Amino acid sequence: MELICPAGTPAAFREAVEAGADAVYCGFRDETNARNFPGLNFSREELRQSTALAQRKGVQTFVALNTFMRAGDEALWYSAADDAVALGADALILADFGLMAYVAEKYPQQRLHVSVQASASNADAIRFLVEAFGARRVVLPRVLTVQDIARLTRQIDCEVEVFAFGGLCVMAEGRCSLSSYATGKSPNMNGVCSPASHVRYRQDGADLVSELGAYTINRFGPGEASGYPTLCKGRFDVGGVEGYAFEDPVSLDVIDEIDALRAAGVSALKIEGRQRGKAYVAEVVSSLKKALDATPAERAVLVARLRTMSEGQRTTAGAYDKRWR
Amino acid sequence: MQSLPLFLAKPVDVAPLWLVERVARLIFSGVLKAHPDLFERLGTYRQARYCFSPTDLPLHFTVVPAAQTLAVSRGQPPQADARVEGPLLLLLGLLEGRCDADALFFSRELSVTGDMEAMLALRNALDDSAIDLPRELGRLAGPLSFLVAGTARFIRSKALEGRDTTWN
Amino acid sequence: MTTNAGKPALSLGPVYFLWDGPKWRDFYFRIADEAAVEHVTLGETVCSKRQHFSEPHIAEVVERLEAAGKRVTLSSLAMVTLPRESRHVRDLIADSIHPIEANDLSALGLLKGRPHAIGPLVNVYNAATARLLAARGAQNICLPPELPAASIHPMLAAMPDFSFEIFAFGRMPLAISARCAHARSKGLTKDNCQFVCGEEPDSLPLRTLDRQSFLVLNGVQTMSNSCVVLVDDLAPLVEAGLSRIRLSPQDCDMVEVAGLYRALLNGRIDGEEAIAGLARVYPGVRFSNGFLHRQEGAAWVSRGRNAATGRD
Repeated sequence: MELICPAGTPAAFREAVEAGADAVYCGFRDETNARNFPGLNFSREELRQSTALAQRKGVQTFVALNTFMRAGDEALWYSAADDAVALGADALILADFGLMAYVAEKYPQQRLHVSVQASASNADAIRFLVEAFGARRVVLPRVLTVQDIARLTRQIDCEVEVFAFGGLCVMAEGRCSLSSYATGKSPNMNGVCSPASHVRYRQDGADLVSELGAYTINRFGPGEASGYPTLCKGRFDVGGVEGYAFEDPVSLDVIDEIDALRAAGVSALKIEGRQRGKAYVAEVVSSLKKALDATPAERAVLVARLRTMSEGQRTTAGAYDKRWR
Repeated sequence: MQSLPLFLAKPVDVAPLWLVERVARLIFSGVLKAHPDLFERLGTYRQARYCFSPTDLPLHFTVVPAAQTLAVSRGQPPQADARVEGPLLLLLGLLEGRCDADALFFSRELSVTGDMEAMLALRNALDDSAIDLPRELGRLAGPLSFLVAGTARFIRSKALEGRDTTWN
Repeated sequence: MTTNAGKPALSLGPVYFLWDGPKWRDFYFRIADEAAVEHVTLGETVCSKRQHFSEPHIAEVVERLEAAGKRVTLSSLAMVTLPRESRHVRDLIADSIHPIEANDLSALGLLKGRPHAIGPLVNVYNAATARLLAARGAQNICLPPELPAASIHPMLAAMPDFSFEIFAFGRMPLAISARCAHARSKGLTKDNCQFVCGEEPDSLPLRTLDRQSFLVLNGVQTMSNSCVVLVDDLAPLVEAGLSRIRLSPQDCDMVEVAGLYRALLNGRIDGEEAIAGLARVYPGVRFSNGFLHRQEGAAWVSRGRNAATGRD
């Protein structure tokens, strides 16, 4: 299985290449990708240098253009696709049908990968993407169990990539307007979930309170591990009971399932985290690289170390395990 | 492990502000000169006022990148757009991109307040800049650079022991 | 396509909540007999586990609606992951003599070449996507509730002859998950849920730790606590060629809601009267229209210059 690694900066890109990535994915510094955070991502020139470095090292570069084209501003997305192709991207990771159609028609030779944001969760959906746009690979949404994935790969003529480690969307990706409901910035149109511009941390006595827009998302006691004020990992009151209504502040970790995913016919494992620092990228990529060829006992050691890097310092197998539902 | 060794904290504690400020300014302007890409990545946030408050020193460092100004103060934290608090050596580790800010934040070792977008921009800009503080310090020390850089590296490796072993 | 030439048609979206069979049936019987809507889209959309509640009544409901002159469309599932769910979508599309409204990508693929509709849970954010879907047989697209007027106008302008619909009344579907937060809140899991979402026919409120109203749970779906109400915002969109206005059923008198919208569109009442009427029919619920104004979805932008033009 290939290891697909995140890079939010050229420095992280170099770390990922050094640490053993088979492919590095990244995006431009604008709304065309779903990690549109301040100070993050690549200029055209930075992408040119990075793809050149990757090519010298035999590593592939995937460019994520995985937001939805805002009507009236489509030119931003079209020119990003043109430039990514011209700068030597090995694959474009796309979510918007209009943009897929543009790339499929204008650059029929270009490898087109379907982003997790497109939410292709079953065989008929993937057949549609292969038939309509010539998709070569689909990144599966984090709503499927390992058994679901094994059944799926047998039914389709398309490579499958799954998330193995990092941030975990609790909701079906690309189909969530919770953040824009609270902030007015849309993950789908502006490329940012729980935007920093609307995040506030407030000390309330001994508690740390996190807020998103006008809403309290969580309250952490002294010394309690904290997380991003991401809506789906907030603490709320439902029926008079306080708790994590959707999911605890945890990260996804399916290192224990590596053999099962390989047997299920998965082509590539993806690491989430373009918004994380280069230290994180280096650590996670090298650990997963080792884990791919390690015995289960060796894997357990690698997992324990990675857990300290995670949100809430805990991890979950998420939807890959049926009991999660 | 992360708090400043006493033999280092004590002299800084009693040193006159102007001296601390002078040294910090020298490092700051050296870093800015050596890493012009930092500005580009900061975008509009280069105008922001950042305050760094080491929890193991009675000092606050306030920086405005665009103006290339740095001020050191004692007592109440000064006005700033964004503030980060934590042990000095972790703050320096962050500056160098050796420690993962998110991991430190999740573990509550760092606390961040104010304009999160400004802080995020700075974090990401620093992360891409490959700053090496011992080297920057060494540059300032002129003929003694070898000695200063070596000592600084030694302190860093002791302080960040177990945090950066596999990151370098 | 509309029965009132020159005016947009009113359409009733599918019931997103779990209502027991008789309640569901009687709701549609009354819609058939009394509601001023031209189009009705129905069928379980949110969770495949709920299908057996409404299925025994679909035939009689469709018959009654058609006898009353309503155009009926059947809604497909929003999220399809299990073989049983895939089979259901395939059978629905193969067997139905009614047009289908696609709510996921599997339905989009299977409906190619057949007249069909696109639901608000499919990501249509621009005219390039709408054109592609239209070329495959889509005849009506209900746009996602998140779209601002600034995006809707260019789409209406790019495809002047196409039927676009917007979500103008009801709690907004904001997210869907493989996990059931509704069941979890009652100590259960999705696989063993005992259909507890049926205990809240108008959804289960979720508040912040500071007791702010925020969201509601509806099985695997998360919706807005506020009810979207587009009233004064409609005129510029209608003028620009909007074809249909969707009312999403809540557990309130939807015949009255439809009557108020019809009166508004006919110019018999103004926006203020419509809002006052809606507040009477659906009391205790906050209204919102922020998405249309490119603000947070929870916001309410009151009538004024901004509201009148639908632009910021």
